[in-house]
Amino acid sequence: MRYSAFAILKNALRGNRDWVPAWRKPEPRSTYDVIIVGGGGHGLSTAFYLASVHGITNVAVIEKGYLGSGNVGRNTTIVRSNYRLTPNSGFYEKSMELWRELSHALNYNVMFSPRGVLNLAHTPGQMDTHAERGNQMRLMGVQSELLDRDQVARLNPGLDVSGSARFPVHGGLLQPDAGNARHDAVAWGYARAADQLGVDILENTEVVGFLKDGERIAGVEVMRNGEPMEIRAAKTAVAVAGNTGRVMKMAGVDKLPIETTVLQAFVSESIKPIIPTVTTFGAGHLYVSQSDKGGLVFGGNIDYYNSYAQRGNLPVWEEVTGELIAMFPAFARLRLLRCWGGVMDMSMDGSPIIATGPLPGMYLNAGWCYGGFKATPASGWCFAHTIANDKAHRLNEAFTLERFKDGNPIDELGAGPTPWYH
Amino acid sequence: MRLTCPYCGPRDHQEFTYRGDATAARPALDNTSVDDHNAYVYDRSNPDGLHRELWNHTSGCRTHMIVERNTVTHDVVSCEPVGPFAEQLK
Repeated sequence: MRYSAFAILKNALRGNRDWVPAWRKPEPRSTYDVIIVGGGGHGLSTAFYLASVHGITNVAVIEKGYLGSGNVGRNTTIVRSNYRLTPNSGFYEKSMELWRELSHALNYNVMFSPRGVLNLAHTPGQMDTHAERGNQMRLMGVQSELLDRDQVARLNPGLDVSGSARFPVHGGLLQPDAGNARHDAVAWGYARAADQLGVDILENTEVVGFLKDGERIAGVEVMRNGEPMEIRAAKTAVAVAGNTGRVMKMAGVDKLPIETTVLQAFVSESIKPIIPTVTTFGAGHLYVSQSDKGGLVFGGNIDYYNSYAQRGNLPVWEEVTGELIAMFPAFARLRLLRCWGGVMDMSMDGSPIIATGPLPGMYLNAGWCYGGFKATPASGWCFAHTIANDKAHRLNEAFTLERFKDGNPIDELGAGPTPWYH
Repeated sequence: MRLTCPYCGPRDHQEFTYRGDATAARPALDNTSVDDHNAYVYDRSNPDGLHRELWNHTSGCRTHMIVERNTVTHDVVSCEPVGPFAEQLK
């Protein structure tokens, strides 16, 4: 059923009895052309582009929980492409292009809101760095504007731009066409659109092992309703974010250039509209935006050590809330509604992996650090291309597993092989 | 989370700096294998469970120690001194 204003009217007149669930709950078949392990944003978008762009519809997406129960449903929803290195700019700008048309492409409102992402600068040196980054973005065809302090103050009236602020604001770099989208709607929209093209989405089905024909991966063993079963496929793709280490060990890949850490995020009680853009603090690490319901959605650094815990420790709370209040003193009395932690697959250079391998018959999409949400459309688009053609697209050809050994890491921060600092 | 520094006793983990996987061993100087050096710098087992890792007591005595910690529950199993004075501290 196509969603439209007409459909709402027609169904309203019939007492809303004819709506159907957004996706089916199919029973698994024994064989598929492609299995995608992980029904998060990246897995679902991969399934959608496999079906819509490459005509491969005999696809299963295998998700151990319910759809949207992983990182796609627990991030801070920021969409941007303000990168400096060529492989990243090209890839994330492709994502921006897909985001702009996503609601139409999926026939599902993902509430993409290009409200702007503003990175503050607190020293003259930081303004220089922002100018450099802004110029690099423009050279790659990405929009950017360098703002002085008065322009920042006009854009963001709640911000403390006085000289007595803990870290006085000198200006900022704005990517005007970046912004937010509704994370749950992205998962649901991709799921519904992929399902309508024939993709089977198998929820509450956990991969517990991989099937092998000699060296070649030939499918997966799953637990479903407490029963083990085998599902075979010529191509098995893995897109499981923070669980990459766990899942790849089942396939016999014991070591990867990835470490898993926890990232916490926070939501405050609802208030009247006050922050018009996504705003980031430049004297620490904090990003904040305001949801359509009025809550402030914010987060900062990962907890700096390996963790699969999906819950963090208190020092990050203290740091992040302290930074928020340094920027917006008016928020000091605001109460937090919720906080949570998700596990991140931090790669050795802070950039992702979208590649064939590491075993024959297998494809890997991982290393999203804590910026996977904005990449959801381009990640699926490139991964689908890689799966369909057994070869990377131009936009993801640099995101290989071998780049570390070859001496071609894509280290946006220049932090070196310390995953917890990216 | 609290770590027990071999010199200073139990302290909040905020006093410490995480220094990564302690099982990654630097190949010998005369080992010219690119694969071995690549594995040392980049490849990690990233376990869900017990993990041996290096921490430095940066806001205290600045000694390094090897912590064995569960990455799922954050339980700390042991904190052992490491380096030239490790034997005298045990």
